[in-house]
This record gives sequence, C-alpha cells and structure tokens, in this order.
Amino acid sequence: MSTDQEHAKTTATSTGHAEPGSCILEVRGISKHFGSVIALSDVSASVRAGEVTCVLGDNGAGKSTFIKILAGAHTHTEGELLVDGEPRTFTGPREALDAGIATVYQDLAVVPMMPVWRNFFLGSEVSKGWGPLRRLDVPFMKRTTKHELAEMGIDLRDVDQPIGTLSGGERQCVAIARAVYLGARVLILDEPTAALGVKQSGVVLKYVARARERGLGVVLITHNPHQAHPLGDRFVLLRRGTTMCDLPKAELSLADLTSMMAGGDELTDLTHELEHEDPSPPSANA
Amino acid sequence: MSTATTTPETDTEPDSVDERVSAAHPLALVFKRPEMGALIAALAVFLFFSLTTSAFFSAGGATTWLEQSSTIGIMAVAVALLMIGGEFDLSAGVMTGFSALTVGVMSTYWGWNIWLALVASLALCLGIGAINGLLVMRTGLPSFIVTLGTFFVLQGVDLALVKQIIGQVSIQGFAGLDGQRSASWLFTSYVSIGDLVLWSSIWWWVAITAVATWVLLRTTVGSWIFAVGGQVTSARQVGVPVFKTKIGLFMTTAGCGWLVGMLTLFRYSTAQSSNGVGLELIFIICAVVGGCVMTGGYGSAIGAAFGALIYGMVNQGIPYEGWDSNWLYAFLGVMLLLAVLLNNWVKTRAENAS
Repeated sequence: MSTDQEHAKTTATSTGHAEPGSCILEVRGISKHFGSVIALSDVSASVRAGEVTCVLGDNGAGKSTFIKILAGAHTHTEGELLVDGEPRTFTGPREALDAGIATVYQDLAVVPMMPVWRNFFLGSEVSKGWGPLRRLDVPFMKRTTKHELAEMGIDLRDVDQPIGTLSGGERQCVAIARAVYLGARVLILDEPTAALGVKQSGVVLKYVARARERGLGVVLITHNPHQAHPLGDRFVLLRRGTTMCDLPKAELSLADLTSMMAGGDELTDLTHELEHEDPSPPSANA
Repeated sequence: MSTATTTPETDTEPDSVDERVSAAHPLALVFKRPEMGALIAALAVFLFFSLTTSAFFSAGGATTWLEQSSTIGIMAVAVALLMIGGEFDLSAGVMTGFSALTVGVMSTYWGWNIWLALVASLALCLGIGAINGLLVMRTGLPSFIVTLGTFFVLQGVDLALVKQIIGQVSIQGFAGLDGQRSASWLFTSYVSIGDLVLWSSIWWWVAITAVATWVLLRTTVGSWIFAVGGQVTSARQVGVPVFKTKIGLFMTTAGCGWLVGMLTLFRYSTAQSSNGVGLELIFIICAVVGGCVMTGGYGSAIGAAFGALIYGMVNQGIPYEGWDSNWLYAFLGVMLLLAVLLNNWVKTRAENAS
C-alpha cells in the first residue's frame, strides 16, 4: 500500500517510449505444453512501438494461450520471451504489468459495480498523506479519469457512476485508456470487438488506432480479417498451435488474409459446396 | 511520456461539476449510499419503541440496547467487509466463544499471565482466520462450506477439548485473578452520563465502524476489497493482490471475534462452551440489512453497524412491549427479505441501467 504512488510514477516514467518501429516485445520459437497437449508450438512474433500486430486464427488455433504467455498468465515451456531484447519469464500478470505489458480482456476488463474512477485506477491507486492518514487522492483520481477519458474521446457525465452502467464498447475503451495512462508500452487486446455491434466496434478500433499514435505497441487478437486488415501493420496467423505466416501489411492483401484464415482450399471447396446447394427450386409455397 | 504526473491542463476548473449532473442531486446522492435503507429502518424502529414504551427511551433502556448492539455490531462490521470481499464466515459466531474459552483456560487453569493469554489467544484466532482464508483460496471451495466446517470443528473443540482439560464446559473463577484487573480497562471500562452507561464495547464498536468505513471509502485496500468481491478475475488481471486481500479479510473477522470474546469474558467473568453459537447468521443478517449484496462487491461498514443497532433495539424493545421475545426471529426474517430485495434492485440498476 505504501508504494502506490511510486509505482504509478515508475510505470509512467519507464514509458520513455521506444523509438517508433523499435522492437519492444519479441517471442522466438515459443511453445506451451499442458501435460501431453501441445497448445502452442514454435511460434515467433514481434511487437514494435507504434505498430499494431494482429494475431489471427480460428477457434483453437492457440490465440488465447499465446496472449496469456505475453500477459504473464501462463509461463512458456520452450523458447524465449524478450522484453527490450532481454529474455524474461513472467510468473504473474503483475510482472508483465511492471514491464509495461497491459492486457485488456474482452469481458473481464472491469469490476462492474465499482465507480468508473475506481476502476480506472484499480491496482495502481494513487494515495497521499502519511501513516494512518494515508488515503486515496480521490479528487486527483476523479479529475484524471475524466480528463484521460476525454482525451480518448469518451465524454462521461459522472465518473462516480458504476462502470456497469456504461455500454460494452465504452467499458473496453475505459480499459484501454487506463492501460495507456498507467504507462503501458505494449497493449494486448483480446477480441475487443467480439461482443460489440458494428458501430461500437468502430469506436473501439478508433481508440486502438489512437493508442498506436501515442507510440504503443499493440497486439490485437481477432478472428475478423475485415477489422484487422485496415488497422494492422503486421499479421501473425496461427493455425493448430503453429505460425502459418508472419507478414507485414505490404505483403498481404485483405483477400489473401481472408482466404488464409479460412484455410484457402477449404474455403474454395466450401464456396463451391454452398453455391451448388443453394439453387433450390423456387418453392411452391412462396 | 510521463502522463501519470502531469496534471490535466484542459480541465480549467479542476473540481467543477459537469453541468449535466449539477442540477438534480444533493439529496439523490445521499440516497444512493448502500446504508440508507438501514439508517431509515433504524430511525423508524427507534421512534416506534420510544413512542410506544416508556422504558425504551430512558437512560437505563438505552444502556442495555446500546451494549447489546455493540458486540453484535463489531462482528457485523467485520462480516460486512468480508461479504463485500465476496466471502462468508460461518465460524465468526463460535469464534467469540472460542477466544473467551482459550483465555479462560490459559489464565484460570494453566495459571498464565493474563496478557500472555490474551496475545496467545489472539494469535490462535488470527491463525484460524488465516486457515479459513487459505482453505478457501487454495481449494476454490465456497467459503460457505469451508467456514461451516471450521464452525463445527471449533464447536466440537469448545465442548469436548475444554471439558477434557478442565472437566467442565464453562470457565469459573476468572473474576478473582490478579492479572484480570490489569487488562480489564481495555474491555470493561465505561463512561456514565447521568444514568446512561456507555461500556467500552460501545467505543470499540464505534471505532471499528469508523476505521472500516475509512478503509473502504478512502484507502487502496478498500478498492481492493470491493474489487475482489465484485469481479475477482478482473481484479487479478490489473494486479490487485487477491490472495492477500482475502486472507486479510478472514483474519480481520477472526480478530474481531477475539475482541468480542474478550469483551464478554471480562464483562461477565465467565465463558461457556456454547457462547456465540448461532450468532454467525445474525451477523450476516445485520450486514445484509446494512446494504451488503450477498454476491459481494457492494455494501457498507456503517450500514452493518446500523443493522446491528436495529437488532439490539428490537431485541430489547420487544420485551418492553410485553410481547413474546421470540417474535424477534420473525422480525429479523422480514428485515432480511426486505433488505435482500432492496439490495438486489440496487445491484441490478448498477450493473445494467444507464
């Protein structure tokens, strides 16, 4: 409890953001086994400052395992995880956070019944005073929350309202804004738009772009190539636990991306199948 | 980019209220607090018994119901913190008897210095609290089940072990001990204003309520308590020390159990193996009446203190009215149901509405 303020400061000052394009986080030949199950095998990827790295893959491709290793929730079995070129092994989310790697999970980003400002500073509260009078700096926290959210384009009437009263998109945005404010250098977003409508997805993707402009390295996990392609700078495709490709945007068109995700030939087959089955006779009861 | 230390510049009037929320709310804000229901109910109960009986609103009457509320209140506040943190402690009631018995056995039967016995008993209680917490966190079982186990183990120990050691199930001869006087100022001093006697248990109650409220509303630990009860996975992911927070809450409850045990032991100079059994549910009722949501993450310490005050007042008011004292249970049941309905409504609104 005594180190909240220092903690807030160190994470913020450690944000001496790397030069755009420099590599913040890198994994080399990383694997994860759960007993005899090989969830991830020999995956390599890198996250650069001011770039969005999209991780795509169908269900069961190993996306979750991959980000949980980056976020410190799982420890990798083989391979190397490098932060600023230094090999690291995280033993918990706190360690990853201290290294500047923040993760925003789809539906677990916030504590619904807590006020927005408490959520914003949760785990990194700012205190003032000494000894038994050491207390939360509530005015500062409320003011900062309101300001930071306004910076991200979210205009809240009242930061005292429970965060559960915000829409799903707004909650994601608060979680992103807090990670940016608290000095994250790498932002990992787990399917941020999966539960959202079209319009709200757009809002969230806009904040992702804004985080990138602020010099963060972003890892965007998604299975929607149409959202990923315009935003991404680099694409890592996972399939059955291994890397299918790792290419910069210049070498990968949306059409390529879509077809690779669906599994190329399989998609062609499926298209044929659907086209053949579709021409059902104009029915009599129409 | 040192965002954390820069003050927002665009906010020209730092503490100004947004114009869209300014108009409505001084009163509405007060009514949003979770303890409001309990405060209003306490006032109603107080007025009712004051107006319909002569003994209730007298110095002697107030002395009694305040003292009764106080020991229940200390536990209700601790249990409220634990409930906000998302856990229950069914061993909280029997703990008050257990602590008194351990001090009693150590001092009267083994002849230990009273301070040594106090410290040893406190350490034992905190240890049991820690075990409760460890079992809940390590096994992932609901605390309801784990502490139900502890409850029965302690009840068995209180009866069987105490009987084996001293040959009976109640502590005698505590009043005459030398050391008893040196420690008694902590637990049995009082202030009298005319005929109104405020026992030290009341001061403890007020102090613990104040500290708990301060912790919840104004400290980092308070944020953690709300967070681990509200959505534990989210809390863990943003770096809240979930394990420490929960263990700490279980230990706080056990520590308050020890305090209440001491207050009763020193006040009445006797301890029985059956002390405190059955009270664990009263504590939970008081916490719920005070605005705590059963599923955690929402509630108030001062509300639980009001809940205990209601209990104390009704407990004393019913005999003053000349009614059968068992009506207390029916009353508590109705209060509990009303409170749960109110809390659920508040919770649903907090989670969904906009």
